[in-house]
Formats: sequence, structure tokens, C-alpha cells
Amino acid sequence: MLLVALILVPVLAALGAAFQPRRAGRLVWLLVGTGLHAALLVATWTIGPPAVPGGWLAFDPLGGLVLSLVSLLTVGVATYTVGFVRPGDPRAGRAFESCLLAFLAAASLVALSHHLGLLWVGIEATTLATAPLIYQRDDPHSLEAVWKYLVVCSVGIALALLGTFFLATAQVAGAVAGRPLVLDDLIQHGAGLHGAWVRAAFLFLAVGFGTKMGLAPLHTWLPDAHGEAPAPVSALLSGALLNCAFLGVLRAFQVANAAGEGDFARPVLLGLGLLSLAVAAVFVVRQDNYKRLLAYSSVEHMGILALGTGMGGLAMYGSLLHMLGSSIAKAVLFLLAGNILAAYGSKLAHDVRGVVRRMPISGVLFVLAFLAITGSPPFVPFMSELAILTGAFKSGHAVMAVAMLALQAVVFVGMGSAFLGMSLGALPERAPRIRERAWLVAAPAVLVTVLLVLGLHIPAALQRALVAAAGSLGGVGP
Amino acid sequence: MTQISDLLLLAIVLVNFALLGATRLSTTIRAVAVQGGLLGLLPLVLHGGPSLHAVGLAVGTVAIKGVILPRFLTWAIREAALRREVEPRIGFVGSLLLGVVAVAVAFAVAARLPLPPELARPLLVPVALATVMVGFIILTTRAKAVTLVVGYLVLENGIYLFGLTLTEQVPFLVEIGVLLDVFVGVFIMGIVVFHINRAFDSLDAEQLAQLTD
Repeated sequence: MLLVALILVPVLAALGAAFQPRRAGRLVWLLVGTGLHAALLVATWTIGPPAVPGGWLAFDPLGGLVLSLVSLLTVGVATYTVGFVRPGDPRAGRAFESCLLAFLAAASLVALSHHLGLLWVGIEATTLATAPLIYQRDDPHSLEAVWKYLVVCSVGIALALLGTFFLATAQVAGAVAGRPLVLDDLIQHGAGLHGAWVRAAFLFLAVGFGTKMGLAPLHTWLPDAHGEAPAPVSALLSGALLNCAFLGVLRAFQVANAAGEGDFARPVLLGLGLLSLAVAAVFVVRQDNYKRLLAYSSVEHMGILALGTGMGGLAMYGSLLHMLGSSIAKAVLFLLAGNILAAYGSKLAHDVRGVVRRMPISGVLFVLAFLAITGSPPFVPFMSELAILTGAFKSGHAVMAVAMLALQAVVFVGMGSAFLGMSLGALPERAPRIRERAWLVAAPAVLVTVLLVLGLHIPAALQRALVAAAGSLGGVGP
Repeated sequence: MTQISDLLLLAIVLVNFALLGATRLSTTIRAVAVQGGLLGLLPLVLHGGPSLHAVGLAVGTVAIKGVILPRFLTWAIREAALRREVEPRIGFVGSLLLGVVAVAVAFAVAARLPLPPELARPLLVPVALATVMVGFIILTTRAKAVTLVVGYLVLENGIYLFGLTLTEQVPFLVEIGVLLDVFVGVFIMGIVVFHINRAFDSLDAEQLAQLTD
């Protein structure tokens, strides 16, 4: 019941918001819907409800971690949305709040699905729920972004559907027992699955869901969509949506592992991950549009997640921790980039100077989040990258680890030169201080605190969940 | 029953060629509608006769892929007052030749696939793979936004055909979910196409290349 409620509550709230003519009414639905969803999620963690009959929906630590991240960021984005006014849109986009809630419902479906067909339906639904959010009425460029997002992701996800069907064929061809496409049965009877079909399925699922996750070479939609979308949507896309697709890749990896095809799957992930890091490093340098800069940083971090998964062992644990840390930091950066864009009216880094002095709260948080995303201590991404690197050396991926460090150093220089210039930089003459609205800085402040606290100490319950999730993927905890 | 299903599958291959050779947008949309309808009839004749599951699937597929989506696309090009030519990047003869290659490759690959006997139907898998490839040819060689939507539909049709080998494995709810996702996806694409036209005065996807680094 609890599992179904996690999906239905946001759906009902989305419907409620859709019938509210006034923005205030829609915002109430948004806050209540996301808040209630978060409360239900806490209850789910404590109770640990059984799988829905048929095994289609179930709660496991891996899905739970992704859903908790999505929930945390959605609540943060919802509060930010209260203070956020979209420029040039007199009706303030009536469907905006409903689409946010519909995305939350779709993401819940993704996180709780233990049926791979249902998982596919959920991931495609996240694309459809977020596409209208990217569009801004006054900006024809956003249309181009929506179009690329829809076409590239839809084609990518279509490949994943073919991969899903291949997996069903692997079950029939291997003549194994168990319910078709139910994850737990696939894993339990993994040894009997037909090897060639599993390999083909993993390839299609990794490339298909990898497209949606922003892995190169099919990442091309990502900088456009993240760069053109309004701030809260960019934050949600980079922090929550990409991880839903990552979960899809991980589910495929779980099945491949169980079928004894881990040695085939790992190099695929390593290759996709390294390519993504390289692409990000090339495009971050000399990138003047700070929203696109953040988008390429997302490509980089998705690459790191794929690398960590491909290395296995401790790096798998590090990868899951990094999913939490980098996503929260990236969401904060996109939200604050929205504040900066509203104040300076330009997406170009060289037009923006002296943010720390003109808007002290946003400015300081921006610098802190920048330090966090680039892996500086004491924030949590430092701990997770350390775990990935340690795991890499332990599992004999030293060359891979050195390449990762080198490419990250390039990204650090590229981001650092743009962001430090924006934050500090000489103040334009007679530029007044900007009054910052509490709604627009509350969520970033809380999320930065989370990054700091987790970097200093990971609570025992979270650590248990991380280790259990890594274990289900063939990894080990520290 | 096998003869009828073979006829339907051959008709689907012919529609693929019609799509590659069509010079007018309205013809491609009509062709994809016919393909959707044929696809919808297949569950009725496969797997030894119609069951409730098969009938439900057939009704849903014919309604969405055969009627609603093509009508919607026709509406979109009429409202947007598009020029009606397809304008491929590589010419119609080239597209058709690529289509022939795709069909040959599909049959060669399908013959080598280690398909379990209960799934192996002589024509279904090669036709599915050929349709997937034709979808990709349309997606990569056509410039207009509407034709990309058509290409996506053809790609989905091919994947759906492959899924039909597995109707006992893939539950009804998931199939309906897939249909609905495609439906909403094409619907939103159609709306975007409509807005693109108003913003750029053209539906040429090449105009949509202004966001660069």
C-alpha cells in the first residue's frame, strides 16, 4: 500500500494543482504533495514494506537511495519555486507545478519498479513530464532545447525498450523459471539466462538509459536542455532525472552480474564513463555560458558514476555516495545560477562579477557548492571520490584512476576560472546590493549544510543503506 | 493463421519502402498510419487465435498508432501550413537502396540469432529488425521535424513488432504503458513542432541548430 501511495500521492497532487487557476493554490498543492511524499518515504524506510504481489513494486536500499535523493531535491526545488518568478511569462506557466509533481510520480515509479518493463515506462514518463518544463514562452532557443531533448532521449529510450525485450528473450531462450522481467527472479535465476541475449540486452540498456543519463556520445541533448531550462528545472534535471536513468543502468548491471556477464558489462561502463569525462573536459574549458558549464559538469559526474560502477568493489560504494553528493551540489549550483541570472540578466560568465559582494548569501553558497562539486574537503564529494580512487587502485584500475584525476583537473581549472571570476571579480561601478528573497536561498543553504555534514560524518543508517546497495551491485563497503 | 500473419508482415515491409520513397509529407503520414493498423491486427492472428489480451492490444494499437497519432500529425502540418515536400538529405533512390540493405541485413542477422523454438517465427523477427533500421534511416536522413516524428514512430513500430514475439512474457499492463508513453511522446513532439513553426517560420530541423558551444 505504502509503495503504491508513494506513486499515487504526487499524481493526485498534480491533478489537484492542474485545476487551480491561481498560482498560490498550485504552490500549496506542490508543497503539500512533495512534503507528503517525503513523509511517506520516511515511513517506508522505517517499515520496509513487502513487495506488492507479483513482485512488480518493491523497496530495496538501491531504489530507496535514489528515491530519497529525488525526494530531497524535489522538496528543495518546490520551496525555491515559491520565490521564483519565470521571466516573460504572464501566465507563469499553468502546468509548471503539475509537471513537477508528475515528474516526482514518475521518478517514484522508476525507483520502486522491480519489473523492467514497468521501469522503462517510468523512465520514459520522466522524459515526458519534464519536457514541458524546459520550454519558456519568451525564448525560441528553449524550443530547440525541448525538441532535441525529446528526440534524442526518446530514441535512446526506444533502444532501451529493445534491450528490455532482449532480456525477456534471454529468459525464454535460457528456459529459466521465474516471472518474466521481474528483477528479483531474473537475479535469482541469473545463471540460467542465455548469455548472448543478456550481453545484447545490457549493451542496448546501457546505451539507451545512458543517453538519458547524459553519458557521451549521446549526451548532446543535455547542455542544451540544462542550459535553457528555468533554474528549478535545471536543478531537478541534473540532480534527480539523470539519477533515475542511472538507476536503470544499474538494474541492467545487476542482471548482467547475476547472469555471470559482469566481465562483459564492466568494460562497457568504463568506456562510456571515460568518454564522458573526456568530452566534459574538452567542452568545459573556455566555456563562457555558466549554465552550460554546469551542464558539462553533470556529464563529467555521470561519467564518474559509470566509471565507479565499472571498477566495482569499493569504487561501487564510492559511486553511490558520489551520486548523492554530486547531485545535491549540482542542484544547489543550478538554483543559485538562477538567482545570478535574475540579478545580472546574462548567462555569460564574463558579464557577471562580484556576486559575493552584491548578493552575499547566494555568493557564498555558490563558492561553497563549487568547492563541493570539484571534490574539495570537507564536503561529501571529496569522500566519495576518495573511495572511488581507493577502490580503483585496489581493483587494479590504476591507469583508469590516473586518467580520471587528470581529466577532473582540467574540469577544475575550467570551472574554477569562470566561477571564481563571477563570485569575486571586480564589482561593476555603483552596482547596488541586491535584496535576496528567503525562498530563493533557503533550499540551497540547507542542501549545502547537508553536503558539509555528510562529508564530516555519514549517519549509521545511511551507511548501512549504502553498503547494502553496493552489495547488491557486487561492491563492498569501506 | 500463419499465412495471414505472413501477409501482414510482408505488407509492413512494403510500407517501409513506401515510407522511404514517399515525396510528400501527407503520404508518409498515411503510410505510417497503415503500418500502425497492420501492426494492430497482428496480435489477433499470432499465437493461435484471439484472446482477451490480444483483442485489447489490437484495439489499443489500431486506435493509437493507426488513427489518433496520424490524424494529429496531419492536423499539425495543416495548421502549421507547411511546405509539403519531404526534402531528404540523400535523395529517394539512396534512401530506397539503404532500405534494401536494411532488409537484407535484418534477414541475415535474424537467421543467426539463437532464438528459442517457441519464439522463432520465420518472418516476425527479421521484419521487426528491418523496421527498426528503416526508422533509423528516416531519423538520420530527413531534415524536417515532422518526418523525424514519423521516423520515431517507425522505430517504435519495429521494436513493438519484436515485442510481439513475447506477448506471453510481457504483461498487458506494460504493453499498454508502452503504447501510452509513445502516444504522449508523439503528442508533445507534435505540439513542439507546432510551436517551432510559429517561432522559426519553418519546420526544418536544421534551423534548430543554434545552440552550440
